[in-house]
Amino acid sequence: MKTLIFVLKKEFLLIFRDKMIVPMMFMMPTIQLLILPFAIDMDVRHLKMTVVDNDHSTYSQQLIAKIASSDIFSIYSVENSYNEALKDVGKNQADLIIQIPQGFERNLVRENTSKISISADAVNIVKAGLGTGYLNSIILNFNQKIRTEWMSGQEIIQPVDVKYSFWYNPLMKYRNYMVPAILVLLITTLSGFITALNIVREKEEGTMEQINVTPLKRWQFVLGKLIPFLLIGIFVMSLGLAIMRFVYGIHVAGSFGTLYLFGIVYITSILGVGLLISTLADTQQQSMFIAFFFIMIFILLSGLFTNVESMPRWAYTVSDMLSVTHFMHAVRAIVIKGSAFMDIWKDMVYIAVFSIVMNTLAILNYKKTS
Amino acid sequence: MHWREKRKETNKIQIMNTKLKQLMAFTRKEFLHVFRDKRTLLIMFGLPIVQILIFGFALTNEVKNARLLVVNPNNEAQSEQLIQKIEASSYFTIKHIEPNTQNLEKYFKNGEVQAALILPGKFSAPRNEPAEIQIVTDASDPNFAKIAINYLSAIIMDFLNKPNSVQIAPMQIQTETRMLFNPSLNGSMNFVPGVIALIMMIVSTTLTSVSIVREKEFGMMEVLLVSPVRPIFVLISKMLPYLILSFANLILILLMSHYVLLVPINGNILLILFVGILYILTCLALGLLISNITSSQAFAMMFSMAGIMLPTLLFTGFLFPLENMPIGFQWFSNIVPSKWFFLIFQSVMLKGLGFADVWKEMSILFFMMIFLTVISLKKFNTRLQ
Repeated sequence: MKTLIFVLKKEFLLIFRDKMIVPMMFMMPTIQLLILPFAIDMDVRHLKMTVVDNDHSTYSQQLIAKIASSDIFSIYSVENSYNEALKDVGKNQADLIIQIPQGFERNLVRENTSKISISADAVNIVKAGLGTGYLNSIILNFNQKIRTEWMSGQEIIQPVDVKYSFWYNPLMKYRNYMVPAILVLLITTLSGFITALNIVREKEEGTMEQINVTPLKRWQFVLGKLIPFLLIGIFVMSLGLAIMRFVYGIHVAGSFGTLYLFGIVYITSILGVGLLISTLADTQQQSMFIAFFFIMIFILLSGLFTNVESMPRWAYTVSDMLSVTHFMHAVRAIVIKGSAFMDIWKDMVYIAVFSIVMNTLAILNYKKTS
Repeated sequence: MHWREKRKETNKIQIMNTKLKQLMAFTRKEFLHVFRDKRTLLIMFGLPIVQILIFGFALTNEVKNARLLVVNPNNEAQSEQLIQKIEASSYFTIKHIEPNTQNLEKYFKNGEVQAALILPGKFSAPRNEPAEIQIVTDASDPNFAKIAINYLSAIIMDFLNKPNSVQIAPMQIQTETRMLFNPSLNGSMNFVPGVIALIMMIVSTTLTSVSIVREKEFGMMEVLLVSPVRPIFVLISKMLPYLILSFANLILILLMSHYVLLVPINGNILLILFVGILYILTCLALGLLISNITSSQAFAMMFSMAGIMLPTLLFTGFLFPLENMPIGFQWFSNIVPSKWFFLIFQSVMLKGLGFADVWKEMSILFFMMIFLTVISLKKFNTRLQ
């Protein structure tokens, strides 16, 4: 125990003497949490549209006015032909084309039916999907309106009413979803990188050999590295939570106790990954690239900005094994939905198992002799 | 020719030859350096492969297999039909069917379901009182909630309109939807140019800067600079392996995205490769600049991570839509080279545009490359303190 305290003292001295770690502890949370939520906004809100109106009738004008007045569409240009409009899309200046054919109004009145074509730039399929969806619903809406006007008075009763409700985030703020996730991202990158670099640095500087010749046990050495970084991780998490509360006004709906419990176990798991990487690498460059490689995979597969459920089977299985996926899920559930520990205890099991496996591997892999 | 002049001429050629030989020797040394470090090399080529696989197959913004809870108070024939219809779609997986809403909150809180469909007790309600179907979504992720509601209500509408389709409603506007450039809705289309932008940044900028700074740290730079080779050749020989490796990487990514992700290459392949080289040179110049203004590996890494990787990830426009960002960010994105590369590459490779349509963006990238090269050469100290 006494040895451990000495080791801890040494590690703390090293950390506070390091000119990089201390600024990083403050700078990274602040920068990431102040910049990323503004930059990461996947909400589809602004779509530019090119109109080809070959009809020039009252109805076509009304429809265009209706589209232009919606929050999401803005009219980029009005062209005379479809080919002209296609050029705007090719140059990335417009996202959608709506083409109203000649005789649109006349056919609607005389033949009871008329066609409109919508073309979307499908290079970005999310934009294309949501855009055509919205546009279709505006057209449907418009259709119902003119139909009611036409039939004047004869009200059509919809036999079934469909009502929607949005739980936990009634104002549909994307930020409420993103900020807790960025907190996770922050904890992961910071704790992952500093541990991955730390031991390798001792290797490069040759101080590792000095430690190796001391009677220090492996677990003592590893714990001596883990505890200070765990404390840094918790500090960064608290700083992040404060920024979340005071800058973005996001309150933690669940309990802080649960949140920190998850945090501690999760940080330990990432420290394990960092330690394992640093036992595998010889130079800081290698260590950084290996860390970057794995942390990138972790983050992409964690469901930070895509649905885990939509992944194919193999990717879903990998994602399910990572502690970051479950921590991401847990943090979002606790912060947004106010889930209690009993609701999400399964996530804790996954994180804990991952943590134990990684740290055991790291200790086993750390050799005192080369 | 006078013999003296002739001698001068051969001298010149000899000097050129020795210079070329020196350059070759130095380049060989750099190649050895790079190829000796197997782990970094593995990562260098492993990274694009893994990224292509993840981006191409694992990351979709589509909603598939969303977990649904159906509250079905009376087992009416119509509700059964609707449930079957939803079950049959690939968008939703029905997790539970319950008679009441008692457990709704619990399922939402532990994440077992993401949306709930609450069916009315009686479908065929009396004439003047419409039956009510409720859709509840977990709007933690607003995009998911929107898409799920779009899909669910489309299925419901379709279901409701079927039985009485005998009588066609008057004044029906029909819409015909076309998906341009990507009729099969291949989700990887948007990612491929972005992944290339990212990988080139990692390989060319980060690796180059770190490797040069490493020589500084180990004191090798002084040894190189006192050699008879001109400093500029030292730099060129340092860049060459990375230029070649980056180019190999580019080819690898293109081949993988074409044959594995089935992304079409609609544009001129020579133009695509040319744009690629232009971007690689820009990245190398940036790496050179970083290595010239930093003196420790750790600092160079942090600098290229925070100062280069993060902006590349954020402001390229392939993951996060630029048009949603605050105006200041949008301005800032203009000085990020990868943004321009992404625009050009997307237009040329996916939309099949030619040089005439992208020459403006290409000249911006070109000037960035020249600017960065000039600055970094100016910053390059041939004497170390």
